[in-house]
Amino acid sequence: MNALNQYTDLYEANRAAVDAGSAPVLNRLRPEALDALKRIGRLPDKSDEGFEKTSVNDMFAPDFGVNINRMSLPVDVASSFRCGVPNLSTLLGIMVNDRFMPTATLVGNLPQGVTVCSLAKAAAEQPALVERYYGTAARADNAGTALNTLLSQDGIFIHVGKGVRLDKAIQIVDIFHSAFPLMAARRVLVVAEDGAKVAVLKCDHTQTGSERCLASEVIEIFAGRGAEVEWYDIEESDGSTSRYSQLYARQEGGSSLTVCGSTLTNGVTRNEYHIDVCGEHTVTHLSGMAIGSSSQHIDNFSVLRHGACHGHSDQLFKYVLDERSTGAFEGSIEVCHGSRFVEAYQSNRNILASKDARMHSKPQLLIYNDDVKCSHGATTGQLDEKAMFYMQTRGIPREEARRMLMQAFMADVIDTIALEPLRDRLRHMVERRFAGEKAGCRDCGAGC
Amino acid sequence: MSDEILLKVTDLRAKVEEKEILKGINLTVRPGEVHAIMGPNGSGKSTLSSVLAGNPAFTVTGGSVEFHGIDLLALPPEDRSHEGLFLSFQYPVEIPGVSMVNFMRAAVNAKREYFHEPALSAGDFLKLMRQKRAIVELDNKLASRSVNEGFSGGEKKRNEIFQMAVLEPRLSILDETDSGLDIDALRVVAGGVNQLKTSRNATIVITHYQRLLDYIKPDFVHVLYKGRIVRTGGPELALELEEKGYDWIKEENL
Repeated sequence: MNALNQYTDLYEANRAAVDAGSAPVLNRLRPEALDALKRIGRLPDKSDEGFEKTSVNDMFAPDFGVNINRMSLPVDVASSFRCGVPNLSTLLGIMVNDRFMPTATLVGNLPQGVTVCSLAKAAAEQPALVERYYGTAARADNAGTALNTLLSQDGIFIHVGKGVRLDKAIQIVDIFHSAFPLMAARRVLVVAEDGAKVAVLKCDHTQTGSERCLASEVIEIFAGRGAEVEWYDIEESDGSTSRYSQLYARQEGGSSLTVCGSTLTNGVTRNEYHIDVCGEHTVTHLSGMAIGSSSQHIDNFSVLRHGACHGHSDQLFKYVLDERSTGAFEGSIEVCHGSRFVEAYQSNRNILASKDARMHSKPQLLIYNDDVKCSHGATTGQLDEKAMFYMQTRGIPREEARRMLMQAFMADVIDTIALEPLRDRLRHMVERRFAGEKAGCRDCGAGC
Repeated sequence: MSDEILLKVTDLRAKVEEKEILKGINLTVRPGEVHAIMGPNGSGKSTLSSVLAGNPAFTVTGGSVEFHGIDLLALPPEDRSHEGLFLSFQYPVEIPGVSMVNFMRAAVNAKREYFHEPALSAGDFLKLMRQKRAIVELDNKLASRSVNEGFSGGEKKRNEIFQMAVLEPRLSILDETDSGLDIDALRVVAGGVNQLKTSRNATIVITHYQRLLDYIKPDFVHVLYKGRIVRTGGPELALELEEKGYDWIKEENL
């Protein structure tokens, strides 16, 4: 079954409504996206290279509703949400399904030179600024991205002006709340102008009792010259949730970018990281953590393209898969012709904690140049029986030893996070996740 | 010495994969005693300690082990520890990502839970760590490091005795604790063991060489050869072995 048609048909039948619920700058790219989708004809499935273990077509196939007419929500989910990351004072924005809701702390506390608001609002009020970036990092010829561009009506716009260094982290909480099967096309645009500094934490939740949900998400990040951008993403959804997230980042000279994505609980997730290093003397840290149990499926895909000299990049992706969960990692480093003195490393390490868990790993290096230092490696194994026995001889019960080892395995991924309170919090969330508790929701009023 | 029996091993047999390593071990240990088990390479010394501690890599094929009246072989390794058995590893395992502090806290509190006692408060726990560290002169800095990771050979063995001091076992098995130690470290480690010795607990020292027995004085010396204890004597047996080597035992047991 071709899952794409239902969405293109929906768009063609409701063009006016889609446009009316959005802004001209966003609407302008829709015809081109539709053309691209018609040309490509389908969403990727397991027959496509890079998608061996995850069929995007199957994720989009169910009969999801799309909230084209921007109907408002029956309850005020946003007001009941409390942040589960203590000691981290954030500027909080909430996205319920595909609708952005600023909070009072956000509106009142934004420093000069910083914009955090609804993307549609920004596109209406500052069209020239949004137009300069929107859709320029994302690949228009990519089916998933084109579909997002076709249908997304709103999202989040984060802009940090030249030389502005934002000390407080911005937090975005994505919440699914729907009484009917729902697809939300979410869009995020993060622009850090030259010399700017910004850290964004995004948390994905699904409220209990919600129907099947699918997130189509495209994130574009621009790090200007000498800018420092941190992007953290923690998914704590549930088995009814599918997520296709595509992140596109562009780095200018002297910039640094830290990206860390964690999947703690989910249904089916595909995360893509497309990072383009365009300027010299850059630093890039890309990491990911996946914790699977029951029948969770987590797929991470990365393309880190060094298009300039003197770039340094590190990729680290780790998985612990238990029960019947499955994982996939496909990552590549590409050093383009002429990009000399690049140092690029990639590591993927996985633990299969049960006989039924499965991992697919495919690291790749493409080097079109001399004078570079690159390496990649992948290992998949079991928990260390020797360590487990050693711990047991000290009286630590086997189950607890197992948990401690699984948690210890994730330590270096957590260490890639620069925000210290977030690091502490994530450590705690991971501990609880391995203890079998729903990780971060104890203090949270949203009732996810 | 007392009439009470702490450990009674009767005709213990064990194999790894399809190879029988222990072929009928008999051994009785009473509180307050120090036993040395010596023997050439491959005689089954480390297998004996692994089997007593419950290493799943070995299969017990016969015999019994009674530990202060309890059927030791019926217990998982963690419960053997709670009941008072401690194995000091020949090669202590490195556990990256698990800090010494968390490791010891988990160990101490698991034992307390087994005996239905509440977990130690943070203050009491740190006090306990401080006291026990002093016994083997273990550096405080190691507490925040991952278990055994990057420890020197001497630090690893001191760390074993430190753990023994914290867990206060009734029977400690020291498997080749002298291997990889220089003479100063050996003194510290042996000093720790001797400090922890009481009339109520016992120690089994497994070693190749007589050297360690200069520091930890055994009451009994057993020679293990081809999976059996072939000779038992007093401390003088260790000296005799040192002088004559193991060939003499091998010839006797052809």
